[in-house]
Amino acid sequence: MTTTTAFQPLPAEWRDFFALTKPRVMSLVIFTGLCGLLAAPEAIHPILGFTAILCIALGAGGAAALNQWWEADLDAGMKRTAGRPLPAGRMDRTSARDFGIGLSVASVLLMGLAIGWLAAAILALSIVYYAVIYTIWLKPRTPQNIVIGGGAGAFPPLIGWVAATGHITAMPVILFAIIFFWTPPHFWALALFVKTDYAKVGIPMMPVVAGETSTRRQILFYAVLLLPLSALPWFIGGTGAVYGIAALILSVIFLLLSLRVGLRRTAAEGDAMKPEKQLFAYSVLYLFALFAALVADHWLVVQGIAA
Amino acid sequence: MSNLDPEAERKRIIRSRNRVFAVLLIGFTILVFAISLAKMS
Repeated sequence: MTTTTAFQPLPAEWRDFFALTKPRVMSLVIFTGLCGLLAAPEAIHPILGFTAILCIALGAGGAAALNQWWEADLDAGMKRTAGRPLPAGRMDRTSARDFGIGLSVASVLLMGLAIGWLAAAILALSIVYYAVIYTIWLKPRTPQNIVIGGGAGAFPPLIGWVAATGHITAMPVILFAIIFFWTPPHFWALALFVKTDYAKVGIPMMPVVAGETSTRRQILFYAVLLLPLSALPWFIGGTGAVYGIAALILSVIFLLLSLRVGLRRTAAEGDAMKPEKQLFAYSVLYLFALFAALVADHWLVVQGIAA
Repeated sequence: MSNLDPEAERKRIIRSRNRVFAVLLIGFTILVFAISLAKMS
């Protein structure tokens, strides 16, 4: 008995299962989903609202687990991801896959039964989009992986909105588009300073395939596009001036930081890549602030404080 | 010292996993009750 157990690997800790859901990414997903839900014109019962957000979080966690199950070998080759439960050998792949499928199915079923099947269908689509279309199909094949894959992260506010209202209108589609067009400059700023890691494992990220200069130009292109797009909810009368002005200020700063990255020459060996790191850090703050402004604006309009 | 014993470590991991699972199960049961009440109101 003792001999058999000595060769058996230890089971994974619950913390490893939790780490598999990418909690840090999930916080942004929960936040944007919650903002979509709160900014919707129809109110939802708090318990049902909580359930909708829980389903979005569970779905994102399930998709993240499936992503790590599929990419375990690639993760092992990158410094940033080598400590994850699978590449570090703290969990077997089957457990990760089953956990991912279980979470995904549970989130869609709960969303369908408790909230509505339209929100559940979009949630299911977002999971398939991330775990299959992005992770398995696009990421290893094309440098445009981030552009199309950005759709996966853009679903939460759309799902939150649909959970509250039960239907799709222009506003949640614009919120989807904002995150969709925000994703490339956000990830490419990161890819510029972790380029060697991606190159090592053969992932065709834009800086690796098209080069730094092209990536920098494309970051600038998306930052320019984001300026009118972020203010579009205000222009179409979907929000008030508080959101509109906040969106313009935040997007102008985004554009200025992108200009520093976009007009910069290819970094030399040993470059600290400060502008790229600043843009990456600001891009996270940008999305949080933009969606917070959306909710604040909605609250002020509902209270009759702002028009 | 017990951390060096694989069998004790295995038991500790399984115990902590069971505890988390029990908490999640209780949470889920409460949530289902709460959803039912919210749907009825």
